[in-house]
Amino acid sequence: MTQASLLRQITDYANRADPYPLYKELRRTPVLRDEDGPYLVSTYWEIQSLLHDPRTSSDARNLATTGGYGATPLEETSLPPSFIRLDPPEHDRLRRMAMRSFGPPHTPRRIHDMRDALHAIVTDLIDGLGNTDRIDLVEQFSYPFPVTVICRLLGVPREDEAHFRTWADIIAASLDPVPGEDPTERDRTTQQARNELGMYLAGLVEERRRKPGEDMLSELVTGKGPDGTMTTMEVLSTSVLLLIAGHETTVNLITNGMLTLMRHPEVLQRLRNEPGLAVPLVEELLRYEPPVQLIPQRTTIADIEVSGVTIPKGASLWLVLASGNRDPERFTDPDRFDPDRKDIQHLGFGSGIHACFGAPLARLEAQIALTELARRLDNPRLLEDPPPYRQSAVLRGPRHLHFACDGIRP
Amino acid sequence: MTGDGYVEWLKREGRIVIVGASLAGLRAAETLREEGFAGSLTMIGDEPYEPYDRPPLSKQVLLGKASAEHTALPRRRAIDARWRLGVAATGLDMAARRVRLADGDEVEYDRLLIATGVRARPWPRKEEAELDGVFVLRTRDDAVELHRRLAGGPRRVFVIGAGFTGSEIASACREQGLPVTVAERAAAPLVGPLGGVIGEVAARMQREHGVDLRCGVMVTRLEGDSTGRVRAAHLSDDAKVEADVVVVSLGATRNTEWLAGSDLGAGPRGIACDAGCRAFDFRGIVTDDIYVAGDVARSPHPLFGYQFLSLEHWGNAVTQAEVAAHNMISVSVDRRPHMWVPAFWSSQFGVNIKSVGVPSMGEELLVAQGSLAEGRFTAVYGYQNRVIGAVAFDQSRWLQFYQHLIETTAPFPPPFPTVDRRPEGRHPVPADFPDPSVPTHGPTVTLSGYSPADRRLTFTPGR
Ligand SMILES: Cc1cc2nc3c(=O)[nH]c(=O)nc-3n(C[C@H](O)[C@H](O)[C@H](O)COP(=O)(O)OP(=O)(O)OC[C@H]3O[C@@H](n4cnc5c(N)ncnc54)[C@H](O)[C@@H]3O)c2cc1C
Repeated sequence: MTQASLLRQITDYANRADPYPLYKELRRTPVLRDEDGPYLVSTYWEIQSLLHDPRTSSDARNLATTGGYGATPLEETSLPPSFIRLDPPEHDRLRRMAMRSFGPPHTPRRIHDMRDALHAIVTDLIDGLGNTDRIDLVEQFSYPFPVTVICRLLGVPREDEAHFRTWADIIAASLDPVPGEDPTERDRTTQQARNELGMYLAGLVEERRRKPGEDMLSELVTGKGPDGTMTTMEVLSTSVLLLIAGHETTVNLITNGMLTLMRHPEVLQRLRNEPGLAVPLVEELLRYEPPVQLIPQRTTIADIEVSGVTIPKGASLWLVLASGNRDPERFTDPDRFDPDRKDIQHLGFGSGIHACFGAPLARLEAQIALTELARRLDNPRLLEDPPPYRQSAVLRGPRHLHFACDGIRP
Repeated sequence: MTGDGYVEWLKREGRIVIVGASLAGLRAAETLREEGFAGSLTMIGDEPYEPYDRPPLSKQVLLGKASAEHTALPRRRAIDARWRLGVAATGLDMAARRVRLADGDEVEYDRLLIATGVRARPWPRKEEAELDGVFVLRTRDDAVELHRRLAGGPRRVFVIGAGFTGSEIASACREQGLPVTVAERAAAPLVGPLGGVIGEVAARMQREHGVDLRCGVMVTRLEGDSTGRVRAAHLSDDAKVEADVVVVSLGATRNTEWLAGSDLGAGPRGIACDAGCRAFDFRGIVTDDIYVAGDVARSPHPLFGYQFLSLEHWGNAVTQAEVAAHNMISVSVDRRPHMWVPAFWSSQFGVNIKSVGVPSMGEELLVAQGSLAEGRFTAVYGYQNRVIGAVAFDQSRWLQFYQHLIETTAPFPPPFPTVDRRPEGRHPVPADFPDPSVPTHGPTVTLSGYSPADRRLTFTPGR
């Protein structure tokens, strides 16, 4: 019997609801050369070390054109890559500049100060859930919440969300490689969506330049730090990145979170009684059901030996974060969801210089959302398990999460 | 009672005494309880406070961002100990297994952990050291006093010594807009731990932040006024700097005097111990009931030519304490070595500095990533063609990788490109330490494993 390669099985939608048995098989070979080209890395310490290895590049231009697949170099005329797809020093400079208006040391309280606002948005959304016989958590809560937040943070009118949702979907979908498919057509569509979203944002940027507000977009446009000011193109690709990241990840974190909690009613009950549990619980979720399952976009700029395998220069690397998170060499009883777990340094936000920029915000959003859902939903229960998933193997999460409850507490 | 039986008894009802109730002492106590020690535990500390954290003292506390009173170390678990705070240990009777205390009391032990750390080396001329306005910075009380004086807006602060602590103090002064002069005997700040090449970067950083930095000079005298307040410092180049606050940052002295006459191998360089934290007696024979951990310990490190390293590093104090505690209540086959790779951090002039390994053993240096000119880089130190240390200025996220190179005695210079190597990083240069240590030639060992329980050594005969 010819069995499809592990990579094809992982990307196969049929395995979306439960990829963990595949990851387990994958870990038997910590560094696996897949027949479709990429090297899959699936164990905790190996992933961790590659994330910190200065011979690992995020810049698609370093990828040898191997006849495999992966990102192709971008056209000169289009929106330049955002810092997530760049190496130092450009990466560092752009990330630093973006960080200035987002977090410490220059804006240390920005996230903290959003607590009340986040709480208010969550409260509104829960108040509006309506008929409790059948609620779709994704449509009615997990999606609108982070989108409202990122729009407000960046200073993008929430009313325009419907426009750019389509672009966001296309761009996010591009992260989801399909083995064997020629990427050219898809890259073109993606680039077009990025450009269109960029054009839309360019309009806002112009407004902010004339009349700056308190939002991040204004700060990115006008901010002057030791690194100078971003060019308009840099502002655009940075805000496209932040907008997409704000759209596509927290949604899954919250949905995966509620799904897991409804599957573990005793933990849900605990969270209701001890809100402080939200902090370790979200960390455990990031380990157990991370919203970003894998990073398919790294490459090597030299031959690297990992776990006895020499990964050649220019190879395409897939770091399977979600698999590393379940590595029994690192975590005892890794398939158990245990918010009391000690010493939990998961790969849910990646690690190294590209470690998730929005992590503090994502954590806070998930903590508030899950605590409030646990507190206010009376006896929530799943109507469908497993729920239908979104297409992406990278940004994995339910497309809908239908559940019922006995009522909404005040 | 011998062997396993003894350890079983010890865990159940033995008496363990820890002298030095600070970072290492506390973490050891927590580990003992964590690992099932149910006997009596006594914590002896000469400071009146429960264990607190020192790194913030020269950083957040001086800036007024944290109060010295609120630096208590977070507790990992209850330790159910008998605390003897505010009383120093003054002697040790190894034969009778007794610690003598300053108040005349004696405490008996079955196992003893010594974690008395170091203290700041004072200004050597006593009458000048006692002038009002002359400070050292090691303790909570020191920090409270110094912060209060800085908050009063002195006209100028004078710092003697540009090591890590001195540089951090200068940085805290500048951040508050206080004029500050730093005097350093070497050619640049941080030369001792990081060498002259990096020292140059540190010097530039200080000057750019408005520090009046005087290198290659010694302070000859502190001058007081008629009321006994300090008012100036005199330098070997005949300069005189008026200042109303002087901070002496001349390194540390190990707290071992109380062990004089005890026959323990304790001296000015610390207490020598084996890799399992068991102290040596003065004949070089290892004891079995006395352990040491933290700044006061000196232990051989296989990765660094079995040199006896004494490290004033926070992380070292924690891991060494954990290993010591584990070994104190384990039979010999279950004991673990303390094979922590040295790592240190500092924060000054808005820059996060981190080092791993032992940079000061380095002969050569290569800027592996970033750029010295930008003040943002990772530099690697080479010793006998292998990687021995690394330091990062505002690039600490890469250090884990270089630590791995150190652990596996990777070749120096590293034979591969990195994502961010600039032209200046293509060739190694002399690291420029004024007084290179000369470790012995010999076989090479490499380290593997991630947790103390599975750290392994691989031995490679001389190459
Ligand atoms: C200002 C400052 C900043 C620092 N910053 C950093 C940093 O950024 N990064 C880093 O890695 N490290 C830093 N360190 C070093 C770090 O704090 C030490 O490595 C750590 O405190 C060592 O812990 P220890 O328990 O071994 O010793 P200590 O913390 O020195 O504790 C020893 C204790 O024993 C007591 N003692 C001494 N003699 C006796 C006696 N005879 N009887 C009873 N008690 C006694 C002492 O009073 C003291 O309380 C800094 C230190 C200082 C002072």
